[in-house]
Amino acid sequence: MQRIGVFVCWCGTNIAGTVDVAAVSEALKSEPGVVFSTNYQYMCSQAGQDIIKDAVKEHNLTGIVVCSCSPRMHEATFRKTAAAAGLNPYMVEIANIREQCSWVHKDMLTGTEKAIILGKAAVAKVNLNTPLTPGESPVTKRALVIGGGIAGIQTALDIADAGFPVDIVEKNPTIGGKMAQLDKTFPTLDCAACILTPKMVDVAQHENIRIFSYSEVEEIGGFVGNFDVKIKKKARFVKEDICTGCGACVEKCPMKKIPNEFNLGMDNRRAVYIPFAQAVPKVATIDPSACNMLKSGKCGICSKVCTAGAIDYKQKDELIEEKYGAIVVATGFNPISMDKFDEFAYNQSRDVITSLEFERLTNAAGPTQGKLLRPSDLEHPHTIVFVQCVGSRCDACAEKGKEYCSKICCMYTAKHAMLVRDKYPDTEVYVFYIDVRTPGKNFDEFYRRAVEEYGVRYIKGMVGKITPEGDKLKVQASDLLADKQLHIDADLVVLAAAIEPDKTARPLATMLTASMDTNDFFTEAHPKLRPVESPTAGVFLSGTCQGPKDIPETVSQASAAAAKVIGLLVKDKLTGNPCIASPNELMCNGCSSCERVCPYGAITYIDKEFPQPDRTVAVRRVAQVNPAVCQGCGACTVACMSGAMDLRGFMSSQIIAEVDAICK
Amino acid sequence: MQVNEYRPLIVAFCCNWCSYAGADLAGNNRLNYPADVKIIRVPCSCRVNPMFILRAFQRGADGVIICGCHPGDCHYTSGNYYTRRRMALLFSMLDYLGIERERTRLEWVSAAEGAKFAATMNDFAETVAALGENKRLEDLRCKK
Amino acid sequence: MQKITRDQIVSKAVSLLQDGTVSAVLGWRQGEFCYDVTPSVFNTAEDIEANFVWNDFCGANFSKYLVSKTKNIDGKLLVFLKPCDTYSFNQLLTEHRFNRESVYVVGIPCEGMVDISKVKAVSGEGIVCAESKGAGLSVTTIYDENPKEIPYAEVLSERCLNCKSKKHVAYDELLGDEGEVIDSARFDEVEKLESMTSEERFAFWQGELSRCIRCNACRDVCPACTCEKCVFDNPNSGAESKAPTNSFEEQMFHVIRAFHVAGRCTDCGECSRVCPQNIPLHLLNRKFIKDINSFYGDYQAGAEVGMRAPLVDYDLGDLEACDVFERRDSE
Repeated sequence: MQRIGVFVCWCGTNIAGTVDVAAVSEALKSEPGVVFSTNYQYMCSQAGQDIIKDAVKEHNLTGIVVCSCSPRMHEATFRKTAAAAGLNPYMVEIANIREQCSWVHKDMLTGTEKAIILGKAAVAKVNLNTPLTPGESPVTKRALVIGGGIAGIQTALDIADAGFPVDIVEKNPTIGGKMAQLDKTFPTLDCAACILTPKMVDVAQHENIRIFSYSEVEEIGGFVGNFDVKIKKKARFVKEDICTGCGACVEKCPMKKIPNEFNLGMDNRRAVYIPFAQAVPKVATIDPSACNMLKSGKCGICSKVCTAGAIDYKQKDELIEEKYGAIVVATGFNPISMDKFDEFAYNQSRDVITSLEFERLTNAAGPTQGKLLRPSDLEHPHTIVFVQCVGSRCDACAEKGKEYCSKICCMYTAKHAMLVRDKYPDTEVYVFYIDVRTPGKNFDEFYRRAVEEYGVRYIKGMVGKITPEGDKLKVQASDLLADKQLHIDADLVVLAAAIEPDKTARPLATMLTASMDTNDFFTEAHPKLRPVESPTAGVFLSGTCQGPKDIPETVSQASAAAAKVIGLLVKDKLTGNPCIASPNELMCNGCSSCERVCPYGAITYIDKEFPQPDRTVAVRRVAQVNPAVCQGCGACTVACMSGAMDLRGFMSSQIIAEVDAICK
Repeated sequence: MQVNEYRPLIVAFCCNWCSYAGADLAGNNRLNYPADVKIIRVPCSCRVNPMFILRAFQRGADGVIICGCHPGDCHYTSGNYYTRRRMALLFSMLDYLGIERERTRLEWVSAAEGAKFAATMNDFAETVAALGENKRLEDLRCKK
Repeated sequence: MQKITRDQIVSKAVSLLQDGTVSAVLGWRQGEFCYDVTPSVFNTAEDIEANFVWNDFCGANFSKYLVSKTKNIDGKLLVFLKPCDTYSFNQLLTEHRFNRESVYVVGIPCEGMVDISKVKAVSGEGIVCAESKGAGLSVTTIYDENPKEIPYAEVLSERCLNCKSKKHVAYDELLGDEGEVIDSARFDEVEKLESMTSEERFAFWQGELSRCIRCNACRDVCPACTCEKCVFDNPNSGAESKAPTNSFEEQMFHVIRAFHVAGRCTDCGECSRVCPQNIPLHLLNRKFIKDINSFYGDYQAGAEVGMRAPLVDYDLGDLEACDVFERRDSE
């Protein structure tokens, strides 16, 4: 039996004005377990807290009920008081007789009556309280960043600058991501490479950062502070530590017709290649699907020309196991496939291109050395049509495209249009749009410059059909404002393809038990208040894997994620919330219902031996809750049919006791 | 208020992060609602087991209301979605058994909706008061 | 009436036992009365040949027995499953209640099972013999030695008259032909109740549920009720009650039981079959099934292994609780 002390607060006249506090403390004296009951002007004051501490000692109290303001206000205060008096802080319950009683009722009689009932409910609950101790777990002071685009780079640099080791896993041979493929950036028009490549170099040179390029995350186990990760370093058939990146092998490689991914297939690379001049790490990679030596054992030229002796045709995939305290997902995006958009003739004409392809076409390091030439005949195009929202903002029921706005297209199209008109004033530029969305610093000004200073012709309306005819592209479109049909003979059409999360994100989310929305964007822990954390503790989100973003937004989110990671890694130990789910293994059916509703992946199963009455041993599948991961929502407790799963601090028996006390 | 007037007994389960805070806000803004409403704090609306609701009716509650974060705003991301399914089915079942459907309610009240909390409780208390005492669930055989 | 004969089943059981595929056989054995058939484990071919029963009273759903009977088994247990039993079988597998490797399933077709209380209503008590004969049952009682012939249509159990599927959704081997899922009228009765007034529904259920003697037969037979410890036996659950001390507890018991199996109940109808008070308990389960279908899309528990039950799932656009009545009233 508990020995409960009841402390009724007046809160000046805030409570005492509508509640007869003396009557409340008197009435609660006769409740089961209550051995002491008093009231005082301000329980939260030092003097009030001293009353509690003295009473704990004098009356050997095992539980405390404070009838006062909301627990959201002072529960923490009174828990500390209890701890100071030598009691377990979780032996304290608050009856909210201010916000939910004295302040909402005018009449002293009803106010007092309700306060007594709320007090009784709190007493009934404390009678069933058990001391709770938060679990502790150590923190591995190392972070993993998955994805080496601008988001991953920024996150890694910030964490590394704070003094913690960081590993970046990048599936491609170089870091840099999509930003490395861009030409200029809006709204400042500075060149993407000029601002990105120094950062890539910083990453390469940082003593706290390791780059696992051409690598993939294979397996993730563990939990916040203690992730066990297996990373597969794919064989690149070049010894990374020896290769100097001189490019001699590339030059001599006889396999010259391999579509170059970096230029989106608009030119060719060799079987051994360095993606681009500023690649980090600047080492060659042999494409095993194209290399004759690897396919048939006939060639070996690169090995002969490599003076460093870095070529290793026998290299195998390597599995690296490492422990991490935090994981940042920065898997980024890709433009969606244009295969389903037949009306735009993307697959029929080489002169219908996506915006990312356009970036490469205007880039000095691109397939045309920065000259704007049509892919089909390398002629200068005189009429260019930009089509907005290709696959963005589609109907939910449509078979193709995405429901969401891809967010960056309006701005980069304004940039493209402006650049074209700037370099080639003789070019007619049309932009077909649904809306022009420019909410960002200096964004609208930028768009207006495109229209007003550069004379880009913005037309509200959609392009219905594009038909290649001779060397022209017949664009059939509607001008909604003028209410008429337009026919334009274009030389080049640029489609603002919607962006979607990278395909590697979905299996990664499964490994991380991190949730995703229907579009495969990672879900944040709270859409407003915890936007860079995933609901899974210790997993953070950076960049477009969480939703469409431009570069400044990506970088700010990347830094925010880094700050969260640093906040986690500086801790030596993690103290959990003790109010977590815990299963009674004797009653557990192992049915997986709890696991299915757990938003955090905190529940796993083990086969456990149970001695039977007939002295045999039965093996049963039973649930286990990871205390470092469980957040204590209680969804599992109701999904559990047998009632094996209960929530500490909000046990079924406690809630039922409250119900009974209220309904008595 | 007349002393003898029948007042219903209402149990309100409120999630800690939204609705309980909404109730606190109603208090901060001194928005009145009947003292018939007694709030039980739960971490999330998904902690509310249908058994608690039936237990309340068994012990004499006249109405039970569950309040949680708006869909999409759950502190635990998905708790209220489970609540929504559980309560939709439970309420439908109670109605099927001939229990007045107005005695149970599920409402989404955010931490910023003090006024909505008070208005909801006023409305629910009046609805339940109009139904009168909960006889059907409390004791069925005696009714014969 | 049954398309498959006892001989076919017995010879299958004996051959599987003798060739070592299985080490024991779960089947039906004769009870005290001719219509009284009880589930039983057979360990020898002799026992099977002598005592295995297959007739119109073999209604028992064996799925649930697998939970306890496969616990300490060496080798495999042979189980004969009727189409509706296979749904429960899958549901139990989904919930990891037994090892699939410990079971060898032979699917057997079913033409519907007889409800003995319906027979008694026609023939009277004291049945000494009830045999299949043509399109009906030939029944002899101690009061009347002339057999009385009752057409099947009059005595088939409700669940068989409204059979939802003749298709086996799980088996290692099938005796007879593959059946089809049936578009049954099983929700008609639920709809009838829904169209009543609240008072009428209350009176209906009061009449039905007040007959409950809390024998727990419905729970004990239910293949969805396989909890290691039932909440009604657990003093800490807040639902524990052994006897119907007041009518509320009857309702509480049946509502909680129905809720606990909601989304997991395959509508096998065992609860109503075993109820000694003939309470139409399936009407509670079917209400949940009907609501789930209507609110969240058609869902048949046990149709496949590994399905996510509707109550441990959600959709962002789910129906709001306040709209359920509108939805139903508009249907």
